[in-house]
Amino acid sequence: MARNFFTLMRSSAPSASAHGAATAERPAPPAPPNNMTDGADAGGGVHFDLTLEAVRHEINEEVDIALQLRDVSAFYGSFQAIDRMTMPIPQNRVTALIGPSGCGKSTLLRCFNRMNDLIPGARMEGEITFEGRNLLDPNIDAVEVRRRIGMVFQKPNPFPKSIYENVAFGARINGYSGDMDRLVEDALRRAALWDEVKDELDKSGLALSGGQQQRLCIARAIAVQPEIILMDEPASALDPVATLKIEDLMRELAEEYTIVVVTHNMQQAGRVSDYTAFLLAGEERVGRLVEFGPTQDIFTNPLDQRTEDYITGRYG
Amino acid sequence: MATHTPDGPPQDTVRSLLAELWRDRLQPSRPGSGRETPTGRLIHGALFLTATLSAFVTLGIVLVLIFETVEFFREVPFIDFFGSTEWSALFAEKQFGVWALVWGTGMIALIGLAVAIPLGLMAAIFLSEYSPPRLRAIVKPILEILAGVPTVVFGYFALVSVSPVIRDIFGEDVGIYNALSAGIVVGLMIVPIIASLSEDAMRAVPRSLREGAYALGSTRMEVSLRVVLPAAFSGVVASIILAASRAVGETMAVTIAGGGNPQFGVNPLEAVQTMTAMIVQLSLGDTPTTSIEFKVLFAVAMTLFVLTLAMNIVAQWVSQRFREEYE
Repeated sequence: MARNFFTLMRSSAPSASAHGAATAERPAPPAPPNNMTDGADAGGGVHFDLTLEAVRHEINEEVDIALQLRDVSAFYGSFQAIDRMTMPIPQNRVTALIGPSGCGKSTLLRCFNRMNDLIPGARMEGEITFEGRNLLDPNIDAVEVRRRIGMVFQKPNPFPKSIYENVAFGARINGYSGDMDRLVEDALRRAALWDEVKDELDKSGLALSGGQQQRLCIARAIAVQPEIILMDEPASALDPVATLKIEDLMRELAEEYTIVVVTHNMQQAGRVSDYTAFLLAGEERVGRLVEFGPTQDIFTNPLDQRTEDYITGRYG
Repeated sequence: MATHTPDGPPQDTVRSLLAELWRDRLQPSRPGSGRETPTGRLIHGALFLTATLSAFVTLGIVLVLIFETVEFFREVPFIDFFGSTEWSALFAEKQFGVWALVWGTGMIALIGLAVAIPLGLMAAIFLSEYSPPRLRAIVKPILEILAGVPTVVFGYFALVSVSPVIRDIFGEDVGIYNALSAGIVVGLMIVPIIASLSEDAMRAVPRSLREGAYALGSTRMEVSLRVVLPAAFSGVVASIILAASRAVGETMAVTIAGGGNPQFGVNPLEAVQTMTAMIVQLSLGDTPTTSIEFKVLFAVAMTLFVLTLAMNIVAQWVSQRFREEYE
């Protein structure tokens, strides 16, 4: 049903071209719902893959794919939050998921480590291939997935334990038997927090500043030695200085980890990410992938009018 | 529509709006500021009286306790009361060693806690972390109804259901009245306190902490035991202390099932007598109000009062001292 509906909207797009031209003069948000159709004619010669409904730029470098999404959909009860998204997440790169509120960025991110499993009534379809296996397969142990794919949340959420125990927590529950002191130090160093806390590892994690707490949460995620780190608007609760530190850290971490970051902040996406996926929800509030590609291309040469509107701040 | 530029509306507009709001807030008409009508003053006074009434009643009880206790210690030296473990208030040769009663009370409370802490905590963990919301909505009220069962019922339950089982296990030498049986039903009685209050404390632990733990690859059990339970520590300990104080003050079940035998022994299969059961025994029927048996009742009650008061204060202190603020 949904697919037919969407195809129908697309095919009616050319008749809306006059409307599309007018978008430049439209003062500001809110964007009317029929904005969905505006994009179709914008790119001129762009070929729309109707099953995927997204523009995907060429990837111009040799890069491995950490996660390959195929037709990933997510539902909360009867409400569909995201619809058939297909894209790669390149390895050892920072991929930003951008888009206005309610477009399904966080839902998508939470598919990657099966966090949605914790929400009663949540359901996922499609395939996310990670090391040859489909993460969404019900037979795959979500706990195991989360050990391999770490996550940092919007609001820093250190445990009410000491700094040391916060970092050691994941390793302890995973039965790590090596040198815990070294692991903790190493994780804190990589999270660029060691120098600030090395003399007070017994202090409660909650006693740190917001930016430090967030870096503690990053250290906590690193200590489990994941391959991928998901970050859900990791700097949105922080001041500009702390934000900058987190962004620098993301760049550094990308050397060893694959990072997927959800952000509201376009400048941030431009600064930190190598690849960008632009998501948008239509009038039925179902999030869809609009455009995916190298961040450079998305920002300088967006092929979809809606992407351009969004990155130039016209709506969102 | 969310905007991605950090600067929102002009700061000074917001500030002046806030300032105006606060000016209104800071100058309300205070009660008793002279603007009250006669009816208002009347209601004000009535409310004040009802609010202070319970405080006065409590104060009155405490004063009576103190007064009678002082009377008691005029006749019986302090050392006979607190320095002995022999209690025989109703015999010809009277002995007032309160430790026999405190011990009986303590033993029953300990047995009760040994039953109630595991059961209560497991129930709390289940309700807070495992149970689907719908099941929880049914189970929790039922659990709380358990707290409303008259304690005399628990007493008979101990005699007719628990004691026979204990005798089956430990042999016929064990009396039908024993500390273990009374302790077990006291434990069942205080399970709802621990379960309900601990569950409240655990549910108050922010969701973000659970998510953080799950995201590190924790199982549900690890999240429950290593994150939620420690984070709810203050509430859990407070619930246990409150439950203990309830066990110490429990009267009817232990009077019926405890056996009325003040003694200072460690065997839980023997009959004991608690402070509360002794008070019941002394105040039943024919104790003359001028007699020493009547006065010792207040001394025992005072001891009990101080004990439970201390426990409640400790519970308060623990929940304040170890509370974690997350926001």
